[in-house]
Amino acid sequence: MTTGASSQSLWQRVTAPLSSGPTAYAFLAFYVLICSFLLLTNPRTELSTDIVFVLFMLSMLVAYRARVATWFKVVLGVIALGIVLPYFGTLNPFYIDVATQAGIFTALALGLNVVVGFAGLLDLGYVAFFAVGAYAWGIFSTTQISNINPAWGPVDPVMFYPFLIIGLILGLITGVLLGLPVLRLRGDYLAIVTLGFGEVIRVVANNLDRPINITNGSQGIRDIERPPLVLVDLVRNLGVVADDNRLYQLFFYYLVLIIVLLTVIVVARLKNSRIGRAWEAIREDEVAAVAQGIPRVRMKLLAFAIGASFAGVMGVVFASKQLFINPPTFDLLRSINILAMVILGGMGSIPGAMLGAIIVTMLDLQILPRLASVLREAQAAGAPIPRQFDPTQYQRLFFGLLLVIMMIFRPEGLWPDERRREEQHEVEITDEELEADKLTKPTGAETGR
Amino acid sequence: MALLEATNITKVFGGLVAVNDVTFTVEPGSIVSVIGPNGAGKTTFFNVLTGIYKPEKGRVIFAGQDITGWRSDQIAALGMRRTFQNIRLFGNMTVLENVLVGMHVHLQASIWGIISRGRNMLREEAKARNKAMELLNFVGIADKRDELAKNLPYGDQRRLEIARALAGEPKLILLDEPTAGMNPHETAEATQLIRRLRDDRGITVILIEHDMRLVMSISERISVLDYGSKIAEGDVQAIRTNPRVIEAYLGKGAADYAA
Repeated sequence: MTTGASSQSLWQRVTAPLSSGPTAYAFLAFYVLICSFLLLTNPRTELSTDIVFVLFMLSMLVAYRARVATWFKVVLGVIALGIVLPYFGTLNPFYIDVATQAGIFTALALGLNVVVGFAGLLDLGYVAFFAVGAYAWGIFSTTQISNINPAWGPVDPVMFYPFLIIGLILGLITGVLLGLPVLRLRGDYLAIVTLGFGEVIRVVANNLDRPINITNGSQGIRDIERPPLVLVDLVRNLGVVADDNRLYQLFFYYLVLIIVLLTVIVVARLKNSRIGRAWEAIREDEVAAVAQGIPRVRMKLLAFAIGASFAGVMGVVFASKQLFINPPTFDLLRSINILAMVILGGMGSIPGAMLGAIIVTMLDLQILPRLASVLREAQAAGAPIPRQFDPTQYQRLFFGLLLVIMMIFRPEGLWPDERRREEQHEVEITDEELEADKLTKPTGAETGR
Repeated sequence: MALLEATNITKVFGGLVAVNDVTFTVEPGSIVSVIGPNGAGKTTFFNVLTGIYKPEKGRVIFAGQDITGWRSDQIAALGMRRTFQNIRLFGNMTVLENVLVGMHVHLQASIWGIISRGRNMLREEAKARNKAMELLNFVGIADKRDELAKNLPYGDQRRLEIARALAGEPKLILLDEPTAGMNPHETAEATQLIRRLRDDRGITVILIEHDMRLVMSISERISVLDYGSKIAEGDVQAIRTNPRVIEAYLGKGAADYAA
């Protein structure tokens, strides 16, 4: 690697040897090892564990980005996400639940990233597709279905698997249904219509308990079925002593992990194809894109449909994992949260969307509540914090502040798309980009065979 | 048979008749210019031809098909490509990607092919990249393939727009002021390039241009628009001496003087 040392920032000088060459292998192995060690030796639920946990998840993204052999990344991934994390989960079930939740939102963020990041269509009602998938499984797996027709009973729990596909198709159809009327709209107008659509779905779910009780209204659907556990005997034989609930946690963790992996592969491949380029062209300049023969309507619909289908699948998983869904689960704030993940991570960037999802979920579930409780303890211990100030009430404020600060200092996101980086800062071409170019060349040679 | 036949095209914006009953024919393999003072309706006419605007009256027949009222992307897919007066590249995509976008309609990979990374898709992508590089070579910016389009110097952006248009394997290319803002040296290079479009690649060219030296040196036929109407048509010599053209450009006194 040629180093124009003078033109490199300190950050680049430090990270460059860590992201390529033999040092990268050593660094990554060491990184994962240390985090694993810290996690497994201290599985208590506290702030330090939270931080290590975030660093641990981050290691996967660092590996994803580093220039090391694919087999090495796969091995690291399998060890970290396939073995260490689930094992840690058996020590502290709270974290495996967080990881699963983070995985669900990673898939959602990746899906929304297709719509917002790739195609540039601001969608504020994305959670609607999630709701469609969730309610599909919620209704069909419980006695709710009997309200539609008394002759119908809940489907067999094993139908969960085909329902993943059904959820995908339902998401797809809803995506097209939303897409069709709004295709002529752009920017703000599109955002408002999608926002309305998201609310419509929620309100429908809220009110569809009369005249026929389909969704059970605001009370929500409870006792949603989980699929029968697979490989239970094998797991038990491995010596894992766990009740069904623990096993279900592991089951959903692995299921979500697989779906997220598939999502990443699909999204990454689409991005580097004629379809991804067409989306990007539409985002950059619609008139010019159409002048290249790109069918605008079809491409936008495709973006909507694909983005929505990921949400549909995850909806089914979510309903089954949570056992309970109700309309407020799918409110506007949820859509905005997913959008915040995409923007925080970096619009159009796949690792960015994943990082955003992980960070926002962690902030939501772990770090902010924990900070609040730390503050509260300090308050109780006599720290000079006014008694009227209840830290738990201010979690969202911190979250909002964080977003504002992010947008001011790093508008392109935490992990911007390689090519997007310049857009906001207008710097000249750096060594890093030349390096990125080298990265793309081997794949070019590969395709040449 | 003519490659492009536009008959009695009229385009109205509110009370303004931007293009008024213009009939315009282009033979295959020719270089044709459309000239006229600012606001004469030249770009509007281009926009009607390429489907960005629908004409109030008239028909457009291209490559034997009546394309009146077609969408822009359908017309582009049929082999009519254009560049824009105010350069409309995909600024945050690389030079190479811009050209690849131009090939969109010629790439067949289905969504399943893309997701499964099938052999056909990989082969097609590799081929597309080679073709794109060939086009970048043709316009002379192959060494800049990985730069962002918006970072290119002005002249190179114009070249890239032409390369992107060529990626669609067009029968007809419409260039809207391809040398606007260029210095004489760059203009000379651009003139060469336009000539090579026709001579090397057999593409028919329609040109909107204000640089009269370029127009007069390259065009086989010239049409002159003024206030939306076609006021003259003919070869270089006929246009040069046409009193109505001189009047439109220089005013009535000058026309009398020339006569």
